Amino acid sequence: MSIFIDKSTRLVVQGITGRDGSFHAKQMISYGTKVVAGVTPGKGGQVFEGVVPVFNTVADAVRETKANAAVIYVPPPFAASAIFEAADSGIGLIVCITEGIPVLDMTRVLPFVAERGARLIGPNCPGLISPGKSKVGIIPGNICKAGKIGVVSRSGTLTYEIIHQLTTQGFGQSTCVGIGGDPLIGTNFIHCLSAFQADAETDAIVMIGEIGGTDEQQAAEFVRNGVTKPVIGFIAGQTAPPGRRMGHAGAIISGASGTAAEKMAALERAGISVMKRPADVVPLLKERL
Amino acid sequence: MNLHEYQARDILRRHGIPVPPGDVASTPAEAKAIAERMGGTVVIKAQVHAGGRGKAGGVKLAKTAAEAEAHARAILGMTIKGLTVQKVLVAPAADIVSESYVGIIVDRASQRPVLMVSAAGGIDIEEVAAKTPEKIHRLAVDPRYGLLQHQALMLGFKLYSEVNQARAAADIMQKLYTAVYAVGASLAEINPLVTTPDGKVQALDAKIAVDDNELDRRPDIAALRDPTADAPAEVAAREAGLTFIKLEGTVGCCVNGAGLAMATMDLVKYYGGDPANFLDIGGSSNPQKVVAALRIITGDPHVKAILFNIFGGITRGDDVANGIVQATQQFPLKVPIVIRLTGTNEREGIDILQKAGFAALGDMDEAVKQAVAKAKGAA
Repeated sequence: MSIFIDKSTRLVVQGITGRDGSFHAKQMISYGTKVVAGVTPGKGGQVFEGVVPVFNTVADAVRETKANAAVIYVPPPFAASAIFEAADSGIGLIVCITEGIPVLDMTRVLPFVAERGARLIGPNCPGLISPGKSKVGIIPGNICKAGKIGVVSRSGTLTYEIIHQLTTQGFGQSTCVGIGGDPLIGTNFIHCLSAFQADAETDAIVMIGEIGGTDEQQAAEFVRNGVTKPVIGFIAGQTAPPGRRMGHAGAIISGASGTAAEKMAALERAGISVMKRPADVVPLLKERL
Repeated sequence: MNLHEYQARDILRRHGIPVPPGDVASTPAEAKAIAERMGGTVVIKAQVHAGGRGKAGGVKLAKTAAEAEAHARAILGMTIKGLTVQKVLVAPAADIVSESYVGIIVDRASQRPVLMVSAAGGIDIEEVAAKTPEKIHRLAVDPRYGLLQHQALMLGFKLYSEVNQARAAADIMQKLYTAVYAVGASLAEINPLVTTPDGKVQALDAKIAVDDNELDRRPDIAALRDPTADAPAEVAAREAGLTFIKLEGTVGCCVNGAGLAMATMDLVKYYGGDPANFLDIGGSSNPQKVVAALRIITGDPHVKAILFNIFGGITRGDDVANGIVQATQQFPLKVPIVIRLTGTNEREGIDILQKAGFAALGDMDEAVKQAVAKAKGAA
């Protein structure tokens, strides 16, 4: 099995005729993802690469092709609107790759998406891949291999590094999810940990966090109370400088400074095996499996 | 992007929040002129993007215009937390009865703008929050409806028992909330919100941080950027589309992606070295970005070795390799370079590097070990 995407995923690509959208649409098609539609307003009626029908709106695409997932490659000024549109059209899984969406836009997007019952992954994320089944986003397919490790990460290229370590040392993946590095995101660590825990084909979970915020601490608490599968963790930014901070509100709201040391300690307290460096992932997995 | 106090005060004033008078000066003479115009005792405040200005000697009271000039002369040019003071705010010294705190921040946990208020405002507000969290009152605002009047008034009564002051504070909170969405702020803070002997409620000091992702659609706010507030190398990096933070070590790092860049710095430390910087060339694939990155890294005299760690996804190995070759043609490197290159188009990239006389590694740990050893060998 896998989480969130598999062979039944029918994908619509929003921004399919743009530079990034067209490049990655081709990559996803050649990986085997069922790309059933594209959307670019004003280009309805065209056919992308001779196979994928392009529509003016997501609603048209859903009606004509029964798309059930959307991936968004449109530029930042239009990306929030693209998420609203996908959710309003009944899409159940929305993956937003776009980087640079203002946080205040996301404060309005997230309640809307939740009310429509959709799952949003991202924004500012590399998407997800269930190796051998489907890929939605930009994670390079050739570094992945089908298997039983679930991967969830806030990062992009650091995720590739960890997947590379896993694949080259014989550990395939059930699903790899990049949840994105922005302050406000749709799907968080806990949602992914919960899905991996419920997935019969996932034997162990690798979670990759970063400094900032308290998402990893909350995820650690969730693992302690509700995850029985082995979890291996990594926190990037152990040597990052504290930075010049303005104002007090950040410290008041979380009561924590979000350092790597705090997060690593929280992970360890929850029984998560913590890597000191990416190359530790396979040795720690072998200890726990 | 952080705004200066005087810029934040202007924004508050434009949104109808009562802010005491005050003006900004770049020279002691200007400060003197403002003090004369204000009359009476004035306060001279350093305008830098750092907290703890008062404790660093950047805030002084002046009873006369001559004293204001002298204080401004001392404060202008002063360094606070590594930042040179270029401007001072000159404002009448307020007669203060009470100091409260009002802040709005976009909260990751509730995914909403959260209003936080406390009757125990002032410079020790973080200590108040840590030791007596019950003195901080919070409200997560539903962005579909905004901050409602009764919600603001409820918080106003947490600050003042007198109804007119509670109403005044509530009005200020609603206007501050409006200002947050109007300027694209990720944080807006009034600290302290004061009451004066005649019962008025005023915003004495303000801090606003604007979400960088808002700047493209708000050119008026983007124009408030103070280029002198950042290190020159950080300004150059921003102009080249890179993210760069200078550190104190000797291993210059150039990486694609922020998470991998941090993990690379951590690994430098793990193998006994010290990173000279954080540098993320981003997800695009432009050789010119690599040239700019190398120019910035080699501009740091403390760098004894350069480490590239590239895991190609959107970034293509051949583009990075071309950038390295072009850069070294423009300005020969004086320190050793270690290159780790894998992922998209790695074969093409390695070929380009080998033709130009560079070696490329496939393993991150091996590359970091070599870079640390070379930095130490050259030291």
